[in-house]
Amino acid sequence: MTIAFELNGKAVTVTAEDDTPLLWVIRDELGLTGTKYGCGIAQCGACTVHVNGQPARSCSTPVSAMAGMKITTIEGLGGYHPVQQAWVKADVPQCGYCQSGQIMSAAALLTENKAPSDADIDAAMAGNICRCGTYPRIRAAIKDAASIAAALPTKA
Amino acid sequence: MNAHSPVAKADPSRREVLVVGAVVAGSSLLVGCSLGDLMSIGSEAEFGAFGPFIKITDDGQVTVVSKHVEFGQGSHAGLAAIVAEELDADWNRVRVEQAPAVAKAYANTAMGVQGTGGSTAISNSWTQLRTAGAAARAMFVEAGAKKFGVPAGQISVKDSVVSGGGQSATFAELLFDASKVKPPKEPVLKDPATFTLIGSDRVRRKDSQVKSDGSARFTIDVKEDGLLTAVVAHSPRFGGKVKSFDDTAARKVKGVVDVVEIPSGVAVVATGTWAALKGREALKVEWDDTKAETRSSDQILAEFRAIAGGRGPADLKWAAFDSKGDAASAKGEALEATYDFPYLAHASMEPMNCVALVQGNNATLTFGSQSPTVDQLNTARIVGNLPGAIKIETVFAGGSFGRRANFQSDYVVECVHIAKKAGKGKPVKLVWTREDDMRAGYFRPIVHHAVKVTVDKDGYPATWTHRIVTQSLMKGSPTGVPELDETAVEGTKGSPYLKATPIVDAQVALPDVGVPVLWWRSVGATHTAHVMEHTIDQLARKAGKDPVEYRRVLFTKAGARRHLAVLDLAVSKAGPVPAGQFRGVAVHESFGSVVAQIADVSLVEGADPKVNRVVTAIDCGTAISPDQIAAQMEGGTCYGLSAALYGETTLKDGMVQETNFDTYRVLRLPEAPVVETHILPSGNPPSGVGEPGTPVITAALANAMLAAGQPPVSRLPIVRAVV
Repeated sequence: MTIAFELNGKAVTVTAEDDTPLLWVIRDELGLTGTKYGCGIAQCGACTVHVNGQPARSCSTPVSAMAGMKITTIEGLGGYHPVQQAWVKADVPQCGYCQSGQIMSAAALLTENKAPSDADIDAAMAGNICRCGTYPRIRAAIKDAASIAAALPTKA
Repeated sequence: MNAHSPVAKADPSRREVLVVGAVVAGSSLLVGCSLGDLMSIGSEAEFGAFGPFIKITDDGQVTVVSKHVEFGQGSHAGLAAIVAEELDADWNRVRVEQAPAVAKAYANTAMGVQGTGGSTAISNSWTQLRTAGAAARAMFVEAGAKKFGVPAGQISVKDSVVSGGGQSATFAELLFDASKVKPPKEPVLKDPATFTLIGSDRVRRKDSQVKSDGSARFTIDVKEDGLLTAVVAHSPRFGGKVKSFDDTAARKVKGVVDVVEIPSGVAVVATGTWAALKGREALKVEWDDTKAETRSSDQILAEFRAIAGGRGPADLKWAAFDSKGDAASAKGEALEATYDFPYLAHASMEPMNCVALVQGNNATLTFGSQSPTVDQLNTARIVGNLPGAIKIETVFAGGSFGRRANFQSDYVVECVHIAKKAGKGKPVKLVWTREDDMRAGYFRPIVHHAVKVTVDKDGYPATWTHRIVTQSLMKGSPTGVPELDETAVEGTKGSPYLKATPIVDAQVALPDVGVPVLWWRSVGATHTAHVMEHTIDQLARKAGKDPVEYRRVLFTKAGARRHLAVLDLAVSKAGPVPAGQFRGVAVHESFGSVVAQIADVSLVEGADPKVNRVVTAIDCGTAISPDQIAAQMEGGTCYGLSAALYGETTLKDGMVQETNFDTYRVLRLPEAPVVETHILPSGNPPSGVGEPGTPVITAALANAMLAAGQPPVSRLPIVRAVV
């Protein structure tokens, strides 16, 4: 089938079997490889993207359900999003493989909650596995990202 | 026509290949030719004026070439810093590039071949890279002296700028002249007291930006023209073979281009990942399990326990690894403890994968290669070429924890077979799903320890009897299984507690099991650290003594000054035990470093133990990057804690039961403790960092549970799945 949606602000149309997970469409068809495969069953969060602003596990989201949706991947954050700035500042990544998903979950959290508590961070990030164990830095960097975002000039 | 023509390279005689294979098996017999030299025959690699580790371009950009893969451990940063320090390069403009596979230039000096492991990346490179940096610096100094007309002794270098006699020039400006200077054979290294970069907080990762914006390139991200994607149907049991298969339906799946049998199963090759997976779903394979391992993990563990109890097969040999005095003379009441450790999957976030292009006898591989020389050798055997002629581009690996290095190069070989059989000149990307990865084995083996300790009148060990039963990690080594497999006993062998005990009888037995096993971050210490440290805590409590004081006495008796120092450092930083929590301490040496940890733990009835804070002290010799040492203590602690609490792979009728993160539980963010790291100042050469932070937490947590009056932790993991 042919499906049209918005990817990182641009209209795209793809042809794929309708049960194809969004993950493989983004990676294999559209060539954006920042979004990672980790488990295929929505257990690890490495494939997290935003669908209409909400975090979603692209490995378990069929592309057929994406018609007309606005999808943002790690590439769509632009590289200097407050969460990405905080990540680089704290040297959060180790192997780095899960970090796109971590960052997408963290960015979605901060959109909803400008000053998350430890419990808020626990709840928002429990679905993202990091085997290198960067969790302590993730927690710290999310708090730092909140203050970086707070210091940004507000949009008129 | 010259000797390097493609024709000459493409068709080495079968004999040459066999010779190289035989040589690896008996390399110690060779004189005058290193294994690295031999493994590089056929390589086209050439190096610039500053040697294999340093490239400087005409814009003054310094690139440090890393012979070690970066899979999270942060050694790219440390390796670059060692060069930058001696070269006096502008650290902000130093970048890191991954070395190709060329053993003669990039052998791990601790291994003799190119490879990353044993927490040796920094330690084996320390003198090598300091020398390389100092030599390059000397070349710039000489070029500057000539240009400025002053003696070399009056030249100084700072941040890639060479100054002297009131003049200065950048590396870029001096590059041409410096590259013509003959590098000194024995350049003078800096006095460590004058280091300005090494040991400072400026030594940070070079890859955080690309790993935060999605642009870091992993194996799974490799893009090539015509790239095919392959998945493989494997036997559900270790040692199972393909009996027959029906690919009619698989071939009908849109995008599937081929289905081929390879030694490890049946490969489905397609134009994309989803098509390959759908094709595999449609494939019907019958397996021949006549030679497969069909036991359950419970049966294997029961057999190990029986062996330790003296009820093993008569032909199974015990090897003594520490023995003094007559243990049979042991008298008095003894503490007896047994410990059982399960199979563990490495479960790196990026499942195993590889990209291979096979054209005739030539093979080009792109993946996160942890042991390039071994991977070259195993590939060479398939395509019929010299190992040195196999090209490997190493990219970032999404974790490994030991998994990407094994003697068989299992997933690499699989990819090369597919590319040879079905690639038809196109590159093939082998993708393993999480299930493939977790079913494939190469686990940390099941381990059983049986310990019996009698004590003297003051409650300190008088006799120590120790039996370890596990599988050998060295089985399958091209150099053969050593008489004593150190990887099975390290940490018990060499323990200061055994040094402090007058009578010791410690032995290991390594029965054969048909489950592939492998080193797993911190190797032997994954079990020995817990056994030694938890036994000591039990002994201290039995003697009515404080566990910290008890250790101090034994460390002093054993002359273990580094152990004592990190214990004291951790204790001095830990402060009082928070109300309602319990504290456990553990100290363990691995990979040349000693780590002490103090864990504060909440133990609430009906809930899993929660480690809140871990105060860590490490003696790892000279600290290159304090920030990355802290990162490895944080990550290592989380990795160890994950296994301590939840890690377990079980087999039922020979089949792996935990095949994804829904059943193979791992640590998640809410369960992660705060980890504080304190580095013991040291003038010694650097020692390991990537692994020593992993094994200590199990015992620290278990000892906190003892402090709460709970029974000893004799079977891991602590939180066992309810079946």
